Amino acid sequence: MTGPEPAELPSDAGGGAARSAEMFQGIRRRRGGRHGGRRGGGEPTVVPEAEFRSYYGRPVLKAPVWEWKIAAYLFCGGLAAGSSVVAAGADLTGRPALRRSSRLGSLGALLASLYFLVSDLGRPERFHHMLRVLKPTSPMSVGTWILSAFGAGAGAAAVDELVPRRWRRTWPARLLRRLARPLGLSAAATAPGVASYTAVLLSHTAVPGWNEVRDELPFVFVGSAAASGGGFGMLCAPVAEAGPARAFAAVGAAGEIVASRVMEHRLGLVGEVYREGHVARLWHASEALTAAGLAGTLLVAHRSRVGAAASGLALLAGSALQRFGVFEAGVASTKDPKYVVVPQRERLDARGSRP
Amino acid sequence: MNRLYGPLDDVAGDAGHVEHPPRVGFFTDTSVCIGCKACEVACKEWNAVPEDGLDLLGMSFDNTGMLGADSWRHVAFVEQARVTGRQDPGFAGLPTGPSGIPETAGAVEARLEAAPRGGSELGTEPLPPGRPEPQALGMPGFDRPGDLTGAEGRTDFRWLMASDVCKHCTHAGCLDVCPTGALFRTEFGTVVVQQDICNGCGYCVSGCPYGVIDRRQHDGRANKCTLCYDRIGDGLEPACAKACPTDSIQFGELDELRERADRRLAQLHDLGVGEARLYGRDPDDGVGGDGAFFLLLDEPEVYGLPPDPHVPTRDAPAMWKRAGQAAAAFLLAGVAAFVAGGRR
Ligand code: SF4
Ligand code: SF4
Repeated sequence: MTGPEPAELPSDAGGGAARSAEMFQGIRRRRGGRHGGRRGGGEPTVVPEAEFRSYYGRPVLKAPVWEWKIAAYLFCGGLAAGSSVVAAGADLTGRPALRRSSRLGSLGALLASLYFLVSDLGRPERFHHMLRVLKPTSPMSVGTWILSAFGAGAGAAAVDELVPRRWRRTWPARLLRRLARPLGLSAAATAPGVASYTAVLLSHTAVPGWNEVRDELPFVFVGSAAASGGGFGMLCAPVAEAGPARAFAAVGAAGEIVASRVMEHRLGLVGEVYREGHVARLWHASEALTAAGLAGTLLVAHRSRVGAAASGLALLAGSALQRFGVFEAGVASTKDPKYVVVPQRERLDARGSRP
Repeated sequence: MNRLYGPLDDVAGDAGHVEHPPRVGFFTDTSVCIGCKACEVACKEWNAVPEDGLDLLGMSFDNTGMLGADSWRHVAFVEQARVTGRQDPGFAGLPTGPSGIPETAGAVEARLEAAPRGGSELGTEPLPPGRPEPQALGMPGFDRPGDLTGAEGRTDFRWLMASDVCKHCTHAGCLDVCPTGALFRTEFGTVVVQQDICNGCGYCVSGCPYGVIDRRQHDGRANKCTLCYDRIGDGLEPACAKACPTDSIQFGELDELRERADRRLAQLHDLGVGEARLYGRDPDDGVGGDGAFFLLLDEPEVYGLPPDPHVPTRDAPAMWKRAGQAAAAFLLAGVAAFVAGGRR
């Protein structure tokens, strides 16, 4: 077996011999570069293609099995949370139209979000297995319980709005009426959990595009939830009652824009998945709609019913596209081994160890 | 914080098993793997794992592609123009040229890009058929390999083969995120899915930093290697280790396997195979060490493994803290909006 000494003893695979070895082990793949050569603005990027090795260019991670329904769930959950806060505030401050529409909007969004969640399961008929355990290490488990607590309050408060007039005097209706306020408040108290836990749900994965935005994503998501909840109030309630909804929406929209900007700027290599292709279009459209909605909220929504409705719609659409953008960015980051290998390799090299 | 991250001496005990057998695992020594795929076949047979799609991928002799719901062992094949240690592949006097051509990689790359999940569906589902256009791979040829290129075009050659498997991590991303409790830690310290509990939420698929576990089509539940939970409970070794003809796959108590691996590594280094390294052996790594670890002859990413994975749970406290701050800001904004708006 021992032949002549090779001229260069390859003592380390990271050395020249392996580096210069040819393509047929998939040393580097050009994938990201193909559709990724340009930024949104149109000028070619000057960042050189990252060099890395891979197994025939095959992904290292499994792409999420979740479909678009999970992105839709993120939006509906945020809307339900935002609306329930508006509903509780409207209830306490005597704004019946805003209260009624926000309670109903909250329930509608909650039901939609439950539909999206359950139908995305591989075995939808087993959805109740989520309720077997409470597992602090699983954001989905924690979220299930937060959502259950929230759903009880938000649901009961909305049902109170739906009781027909001729049943109003029956004792169950009277009991419900008395409980509607505390239950609505309990929903508002759990709403911040509903609005923010979904960020941990995404970040608590190996998916680079979600994991590496863990510091900013909760702020992006609560901003988005507030913007959509406030926007929904502006869409449905008369201008005279919707003042607090406008304020809530404006703060949320501003927070969403700032947080997502910060998030995108801080990202290293994996930021590409937010800046390129399909996701970049979603992201830009979301920011444009949210900014337009914010401007409308500040400038016209307090004097024009139509302006208020249009601003509310823009905020809702911006919030929805925001969720789809983040969702798709994560999926894209699993399909190219680059986003796994390059940062991890840099980390190892910085530590001076090469396993 | 050791229970979420870092070394953990007694994994089964930490999971609540009071009296339990020692932790077991695999040591896969890829330096002796001959690529026979007996492990893949034995696993499919014993565990009744369904077909994952018959295909010719263009990844050397690897037509499985990746671990997945329907592939619990996966043998990787890597062709390289270099030698292992001081071995002489014996090509110097033979009319033998490069063993592979860039087109083989090019052929599979186009299909990976066109696949809905970027190729990560391999091991669970076949890739969509077809490719943009047929690729000439030089076969069948009527010349001996290398005859046409001449001696200058001849290269060194080695063929790396490695049987990959679920790592049965000390801190398992899949297990941590499972919301139903379907994934659990066995008394042997391994990680197993309970099929009667799993509701197919798919969270584990994104929680695994190695791209191992996946959801099975038409069945809707997550599937992966059980380290033959049924066999080891009866004192048998797992089917793959049993079938492996070269003992590349070694099953045993983890502590003992680690010692054995250290000895093997020292031996290879003495023989001049400086590129040999252990992967997943170190309890200080990002997942607290793997229950199934490997001896590799090149960097992990060459075999499709992540070079420095960590369990997402490592950052859970920090993530919840940020979420708490964001939640507080959200509530504050809501309260402030109504306080400023006043009563009507
Ligand atoms: S995280 Fe991945 S490698 Fe680790 S035990 Fe789970 S499926 Fe196996
Ligand atoms: S332990 Fe059993 S299930 Fe796991 S790879 Fe080996 S044979 Fe397959």
